[in-house]
Amino acid sequence: MSEGGQVRRRAAEDTPEEQVEATSRSDARDVIDDVDELLDEIDDVLEENAEEFVRSYVQKGGQ
Amino acid sequence: MSTAKYVGVETEYGITVDGPSPVNPVLASSLVVGAYRAAGRDEVRWDHTDESPLRDARGGPAPEPGEAMIDDELGLANTVLTNGARFYVDHAHPEYATPECSNARDLVVWDRAGELILADAAERATASLASGSRVLIHKNNTDGKGAAYGTHENYLVPRSVPFGRLTRQLLPFFVSRLLFVGAGRLGSELDHGVTFQLSQRADFFEVELGLETTLKRPLMNTRDEPHADPERYRRLHVINGDANLCEVASLLKVGTMLLLLDAIEDGALPEVPELADPVAAFHAVSHDLTGRRPLPLQDGSTTTALSLQQWYLDVVRRYAKERPEGIDPVSEEVLERWDALLLTAADDPRKLVGQVDWATKLDLLEHYRGRHELDWGHDRLKMVDLQYHDVRRDRGLYHRLAARGRVELLVADSEVEAAVHTPPEDTRAWFRGECIRRFRSQVVAAGWDSLILDVGRDSLQRVPMMEPGRGTRAQVGALLAEVDTAAELLDRLTT
Repeated sequence: MSEGGQVRRRAAEDTPEEQVEATSRSDARDVIDDVDELLDEIDDVLEENAEEFVRSYVQKGGQ
Repeated sequence: MSTAKYVGVETEYGITVDGPSPVNPVLASSLVVGAYRAAGRDEVRWDHTDESPLRDARGGPAPEPGEAMIDDELGLANTVLTNGARFYVDHAHPEYATPECSNARDLVVWDRAGELILADAAERATASLASGSRVLIHKNNTDGKGAAYGTHENYLVPRSVPFGRLTRQLLPFFVSRLLFVGAGRLGSELDHGVTFQLSQRADFFEVELGLETTLKRPLMNTRDEPHADPERYRRLHVINGDANLCEVASLLKVGTMLLLLDAIEDGALPEVPELADPVAAFHAVSHDLTGRRPLPLQDGSTTTALSLQQWYLDVVRRYAKERPEGIDPVSEEVLERWDALLLTAADDPRKLVGQVDWATKLDLLEHYRGRHELDWGHDRLKMVDLQYHDVRRDRGLYHRLAARGRVELLVADSEVEAAVHTPPEDTRAWFRGECIRRFRSQVVAAGWDSLILDVGRDSLQRVPMMEPGRGTRAQVGALLAEVDTAAELLDRLTT
């Protein structure tokens, strides 16, 4: 979703050159498809009654 | 040369019962903790003997207790687990306190184990309710409606380090670390012009220094209750952080503190830039997504959150380099990641997606908002904000991002799953956890610094554990392996 696309498990080992490559055109399309898939999934798992859920989500104060 | 540091983190989880009839949150929390305990794994009670949460690090007489330790009388669940953690009900929330850890990476593992425990416990509690009702748990710190609940870090520091020095040298760090500690939230308690801010908890802090944790919350908490030899140690109780899901954020939250506390103990910090108004700066940093908002200093000049963090990184890095004993590999990793994170943040803090929670959540909110063309005030965006913190792996939005490789992971699921049942090996948590696992029926109660055994003698036997670094597997593993009963263990310990 951010530029650079997916975060890999060991970002510290990646060199800057590799991150630049990730913005090439086909990779960019993959990233967009991937975001679409993610947002589809969010639509699937998000609580259906968001309005009611959010309204009734009231917590007691703690520490 | 600095002393060995130990750390533990307590998290009060958000709890809600979704269903036709309302359930009191204290009851629901008890149900959750009780459901986990009822699974036959852990029945050990908490020992309150040595607790004194109202003792003040600034000295003076302790005030009258505002909150009595009456949970056991009320029948509220309060238990100790085989992984050395405490799992209990506090202030109408289920709370998980990690076992003592010797390093930041272990803390990430045992903190994440808490998420699994909560998810499991909530599922069991749901099964005990009438159908149509379910218990949902969120690892967050505010309901967005005026209530906040805590994630507290605890660091063992030698009593020889003056509390005033800790306060002076840490306040600008607490203010600026929101750049990576913040878990992000929509809206603000203080400024209706704020759409999204870095921290879940920042708006709820009102004073620089104090003993309170539930009202007039202080940036620097003065609770002086070491849970260890009070002559030698104090426990620095840090209440201004957020609960983190991103492992990088969690590692850095604790790892930078451990390094910084070593440097402070060794007197390695030069004159720290002194903020004119730390509380106002704390709010300002939280309300700013750039890290560049000017923060007034005492001397009339200004600084920024990014500059402060860079100042601390430079100082700590130099300290680590010059330290004769060197630094451990986890601290090495913390320094590298801290450096890389600040480099990214200097470009744009919003690029910290996948590493820190606020940026990860904001990125998700913006994409979701774009797809559905929603206003910032829309309930579905508030739902995304909330559900990001849901502990269920199949529903929690953080966990869905993690499953898609969109957040950087530092520890393996297998390690976290093992940590649900087993304690860290290199702290006293190992002795606590192993005794509970092996002699559960004879462990009457356990606390941070003691274990109470009933081995059928005239009185209960109390085993003091005043040194957090003693009771490790290396020290008592062989002894525990040689004994078959708690009575034998006691005999061997006292001879």
